[in-house]
Amino acid sequence: MSAAAPADGRDERLAPTSTLRKLLARPELGSVVGAVAVFVFFSIAAPTFLQASSLSTILYSASTIGIMAAPVALLMIGGEFDLSAGVMVTTSALVSSMFSYQMTANVWVGVGVSLLVTLAIGFFNGLMLTRTKLPSFIITLGTFLMLTGLNLGFTKLITGTVSTKTIADMEGFPSARALFASQWTIGSVTLKVTILWWLAIVAVATWILLRTRAGNWIFAVGGGADAARATGVPVVKTRIGLYMGVALCAWISGQHILFSFDVVQSGEGVGNEFLYIIAAVIGGCLMTGGYGSAIGSAVGAFIFGMTSNGIVYAQWNPDWFKFFLGAMLLLATLLNAWVRKRAEASK
Amino acid sequence: MARVRTGVRVVGAVLAAVLGASLAGCSSTGGKRAEERAKAAAAGRPAVSTPRWTFAMITHAGDGDTFWDIVQKGAKEAAAKDNINFVYAHDDQAQQQAQFVQNAIDQKVDGIVVSLAKPEALKDVLGKAVKAGIPVITVNSGSAQSAAYGALTHIGQDEEIAGEAVGTELNKRGRKKAVCVLHEQGNVGHEQRCAGAKKTFSGTMENLYVEGTNMPSVQAAIQAQLQADPSVDAIVTLGAPFAPTAVKAKEAAGSKAEVDTFDLNESVARDLKSGALGFAVDQQPYLQGYEAIDLLWLYRYNANVLGGGRPVLTGPQIVTADEAGKLEEYIKRGSR
Repeated sequence: MSAAAPADGRDERLAPTSTLRKLLARPELGSVVGAVAVFVFFSIAAPTFLQASSLSTILYSASTIGIMAAPVALLMIGGEFDLSAGVMVTTSALVSSMFSYQMTANVWVGVGVSLLVTLAIGFFNGLMLTRTKLPSFIITLGTFLMLTGLNLGFTKLITGTVSTKTIADMEGFPSARALFASQWTIGSVTLKVTILWWLAIVAVATWILLRTRAGNWIFAVGGGADAARATGVPVVKTRIGLYMGVALCAWISGQHILFSFDVVQSGEGVGNEFLYIIAAVIGGCLMTGGYGSAIGSAVGAFIFGMTSNGIVYAQWNPDWFKFFLGAMLLLATLLNAWVRKRAEASK
Repeated sequence: MARVRTGVRVVGAVLAAVLGASLAGCSSTGGKRAEERAKAAAAGRPAVSTPRWTFAMITHAGDGDTFWDIVQKGAKEAAAKDNINFVYAHDDQAQQQAQFVQNAIDQKVDGIVVSLAKPEALKDVLGKAVKAGIPVITVNSGSAQSAAYGALTHIGQDEEIAGEAVGTELNKRGRKKAVCVLHEQGNVGHEQRCAGAKKTFSGTMENLYVEGTNMPSVQAAIQAQLQADPSVDAIVTLGAPFAPTAVKAKEAAGSKAEVDTFDLNESVARDLKSGALGFAVDQQPYLQGYEAIDLLWLYRYNANVLGGGRPVLTGPQIVTADEAGKLEEYIKRGSR
């Protein structure tokens, strides 16, 4: 953490540190070591892992998790959880699709309405948290269950089935698809636009964390809300903003799912919230808040992508899939913690 | 340290005792040995001399699903016979299933078998597979989209037709008010089954959505439904594991409803024989897996395509107390 320091008042805390020292102190260092380890492991275990086409598949898989992992990491640095993040993605896709279809409106209208609805859900999470003083775990668990029910209930009510109707033949679909779900094929490699979204989101999140006042507020709120409030940090605003950040990215993810598959299943997204949290934790976020990084969340998502696809490329029995996934993630996190300890000891 | 060593010794002694007891007290009926004898009859050694192709099967099954386990078994036994390297992957989320198909394409497999419960999500990626020259066969669900997505054949049961068979059977049994229990939200095939049953059933039928991955909650939901409406006289479950649960719920609620189900398993066969269940509708999952692999092999070997562009149906087959006895041993070895 390179905290912004006042320009005057020289003391030993402001002594310049070497680049290597700075690198060692980064929260994501451990996850990078973990990522290299997982990469080497699957390069040996799975013959098709190193193909360009496989790597692009892995990148895509990582980006779908990573888009959400970045705002979730920021939220966790701010000391909170969001268990509704997984189904919120589905909600956002459903709203978009059904609004456009029912109103026979240009698809972009649905996309806009969906943005407002999703942001409202994020605002609701943040507001409930700051108003009720209940733990975010409880609040967002409630939101998660409510959204799961709303997704199914509304979809059934409006379309009469459990999935939305196709909107591929409606105006605005091609341009929306270009923005949220296009892909470029270079030889045998297909790169999806979500990879760009992912990189952009991680870059913005990193900039907010390290270069802006809001970033300092996030660290302060996560480190201790009362102390932060005492020093004049707008705790309420920061928390609501963090939840709305998660909502914004859920909207992006949701639009991607809608425009790449055209039809949305109402029952999906459940359980994905944990993947985002896992990616953030592997990337060096502490469960207790006040520590972590957005770049780390990207590395965590990449580890997840490598593992979940690597197991398939290695042709292991799928019955063990979840076991391997869990074991890998645990190992990556342990390695990460160990590296961090070593790095701190060498300071 | 000493305490740990004593602990190890105690555990060792217990293990030895258990092993000894299990060797001494053999059962002459049933159990693992009977299963192994039955299996030896169908032991897998390749029966052909074609090259060792790799076929991938990607389904929308959740974890630990009986039905898909049987499909997989059929596929595996066909693969063993046809000298195929068989790869299996499954996920109940559409995005992940599409990802697995992409993985198979990346691995340049020689054939893909896929279930299309959520067809639109797999449209693009199957297009890629076809473009890459990989033959695709769809199983179980997605008969309407199969040909349009470039698959050679669809093997499965037309869910609507299967549902209609249920409605007709319920009429035959003089039922008036039925509940259709859907255990997988978002599965279009399940919706079609209940819709089909509703179409031919002359009484009234309601849909009840339950959380299939959580059995106690399934029982509670069915129980609550029966308590709320005592006039219900038929419960239709869409999967074999849910039939005994529905029977339990019915007993707990003190209802007289008849429980009928889609698909078979050991307890369904037993309950059919004892009369606890009315009838079952089988779609022969073993056949779906077996035929899919075998047809891919035939296509690779001899460019044969079955079905003439129409789905090849594996069901519905109504199973009642009379047939249940015969099927029981096959169910026991996990192939029905």
